[in-house]
Amino acid sequence: MDTNPHIPRAAIIRDRIQEAPTVFTLRLEPEGDTSVPFRFTPGQFNMVGVMGLGEVPLSIVSDPSDLDFFDHTVRIVGRVTGAMARMGPGDRVSIRGPFGNGWPMDATRGRDIVLVSGGLGCAPLVSVVNYVVRRREDFGALTVLHGVKNPRDLFWKERFSRLNGIGGTRVFLTSDTGGSGWEGAVGPVTNLIENISVTKKTTAKICGPEPMMIATVGKLLDQGLAEEDLWVSLERNMQCAAGFCGHCQLGEMFVCRSGPVFRYSEIKNRLGIRGL
Amino acid sequence: MTEESRGFLERERFRELFDRLLVRGYQTIAPVVRDGTIVYAEVSGPEDLPRGLRDLQTPGSYRLEAEESGRFFAWANGPQALKPLLFAPREILWETRRESDGALSFSSSSPSPRPLAVIGIRACDLSALALSDRHFGKGPFPDPGYALRRRDLFLVAVDCSHLADTCFCVSTGDGPEAQSGFDLALGELDSGFLVRSGSEKGRELLRELSLPPPESSMEEALKIQGDRARSSQTRRLPSRNLQNALASRPDHPHWNNLAARCLSCGNCTSVCPTCFCFSEREEPALDGCSSLHLREWDSCFTAGHSYIHPAPLRGETRFRYRQWLTHKLDYWHDQYGRSGCVGCGRCISWCPVGIDFTEDLPLLLGEADGH
Ligand SMILES: Cc1cc2nc3c(=O)[nH]c(=O)nc-3n(C[C@H](O)[C@H](O)[C@H](O)COP(=O)(O)OP(=O)(O)OC[C@H]3O[C@@H](n4cnc5c(N)ncnc54)[C@H](O)[C@@H]3O)c2cc1C
Ligand code: SF4
Ligand code: SF4
Repeated sequence: MDTNPHIPRAAIIRDRIQEAPTVFTLRLEPEGDTSVPFRFTPGQFNMVGVMGLGEVPLSIVSDPSDLDFFDHTVRIVGRVTGAMARMGPGDRVSIRGPFGNGWPMDATRGRDIVLVSGGLGCAPLVSVVNYVVRRREDFGALTVLHGVKNPRDLFWKERFSRLNGIGGTRVFLTSDTGGSGWEGAVGPVTNLIENISVTKKTTAKICGPEPMMIATVGKLLDQGLAEEDLWVSLERNMQCAAGFCGHCQLGEMFVCRSGPVFRYSEIKNRLGIRGL
Repeated sequence: MTEESRGFLERERFRELFDRLLVRGYQTIAPVVRDGTIVYAEVSGPEDLPRGLRDLQTPGSYRLEAEESGRFFAWANGPQALKPLLFAPREILWETRRESDGALSFSSSSPSPRPLAVIGIRACDLSALALSDRHFGKGPFPDPGYALRRRDLFLVAVDCSHLADTCFCVSTGDGPEAQSGFDLALGELDSGFLVRSGSEKGRELLRELSLPPPESSMEEALKIQGDRARSSQTRRLPSRNLQNALASRPDHPHWNNLAARCLSCGNCTSVCPTCFCFSEREEPALDGCSSLHLREWDSCFTAGHSYIHPAPLRGETRFRYRQWLTHKLDYWHDQYGRSGCVGCGRCISWCPVGIDFTEDLPLLLGEADGH
């Protein structure tokens, strides 16, 4: 963390894209003192604030090499995200961040990347898809396994189908419910794991509801993936995002500081315990 | 470590300590009686202190009664620790303004506290202070409000001679005598105070007081008093180090017994000198042109503490009590190198239903039976 976490700065909305009925992307440009450039790695997040309402943690989904702007893809769930949904180009939000550690992009360079996301939790992985696609030759095969509850929850449909098959990238989609016009599989995202073959070069990055991540981890371990090659991104309530407010604690960890991305072997004792 | 100086301050000269602090520009905070409890407030001299009083504390109860010795500190800690003086219960973090063109600007709201001298700090609270320093002082951007208030503190500690029934500082290694982290420490006898310095600032002030050296009989009397206090303490933790002892028992059935009693009221977290959780929220001005961003103490016993859409992660009291105790006695070791409990006993006295975890711990650590 290089920027002062105790005071926000302003960012202006340059663009707003409706991704799905309840999902939208904001393209933001930092304002004010731009002498401190906004640098981040995929998997890091900002506290994004709406004046008078509050701040929420949101992953940064754009590419770190785009220095003039950054993107947040947001699902409308409540008070703050609902207000953000009504904002558009020219409106301002507040920004603190970036926070957290991010995905191990450098450490996994050259490896085959498997991304598994489920439920509403794909935002932190969107940044990895962007990152790998932009640096295709730096990585081995890219496999995206993405599950949604209902077909209408799926966004990036065209993007996914464009990616599929290009440069060793494969995308598998599934929906819990299925429905007319749905071309992907039907069932939980863990069913998609049979589509991959684990090698010594495989690294998996997982994001989604905890039970889904645990089930996914179980299947990948069964396929021979080492615990050290599994990474998960966690979600907790966060107020300060700088390790002071106490809300994001999971066992001994402050998820905002030592996470939100964890190597599975570091965190496995704290996963799957109700109410922890 | 600065060299320790010592002196004897007669009871009649106690006021001189207050006067010296005033001359040095300190606002002096000391124990006073408010609404039947002893709390910290601004004082002008020894006459404001709770002299001739003693406290009776048991699980779920706290009461003051008259005491004969005429001592100033014949009582153990009340509900309030140093915590609210440094980690403000409510604090404005910044103010956002929206200009007519829609631009946002932010101004941080740093407190400009007067240097504070606090008289009467007990050993457990000095340990708690050292722990809060580790928490709020960590990283490249320490908590600004805490750091500002912390900077100009002058701490006058008092060794505990009259322990409450709820204290267990001996078993946590934090009391009853002040060990470090003070500028001056007082050991009280009927005739006055044995004063010792713990910092350069303290040494200077002691020099200004130009006290006679203590007689060896006084040193002896204080030692006996301390030993007596120590051996009178019956409550204890089963071990100073419960690292992984609670985290490894998340499903122990005794958590349910605790949850059946606990009201999830959060009193324990308010009085605990090391609990640090807070929430942030906005307080918009009615004209819509500005908004305050503030923080307030929060507690792991509230539903909002662990809320992530669509429900709290710790929806049941069982999970909240378990989080509180496991964090305090277990995870603190990983986070800050020791237990987060300093044995002050406040959470026992101020729990409305009288939960006393020193009694529950042996059950939680025992083999799970009664499934
Ligand atoms: C590290 C991290 C990254 C995230 N990245 C994204 C992202 O890229 N896109 C996205 O749409 N969502 C993301 N989320 C979830 C997002 O923060 C919540 O959906 C959001 O806080 C809900 O706010 P609300 O006020 O609209 O909802 P309400 O239901 O009204 O919630 C009230 C308050 O509870 C807290 N809260 C509720 N849900 C969550 C949650 N899931 N996580 C943390 N705090 C919560 C917030 O303080 C919120 O203001 C992320 C969460 C974390 C922890
Ligand atoms: S847990 Fe209880 S006894 Fe321990 S420091 Fe906190 S209030 Fe005091
Ligand atoms: S332990 Fe006691 S003080 Fe703490 S939340 Fe439960 S009832 Fe309240």
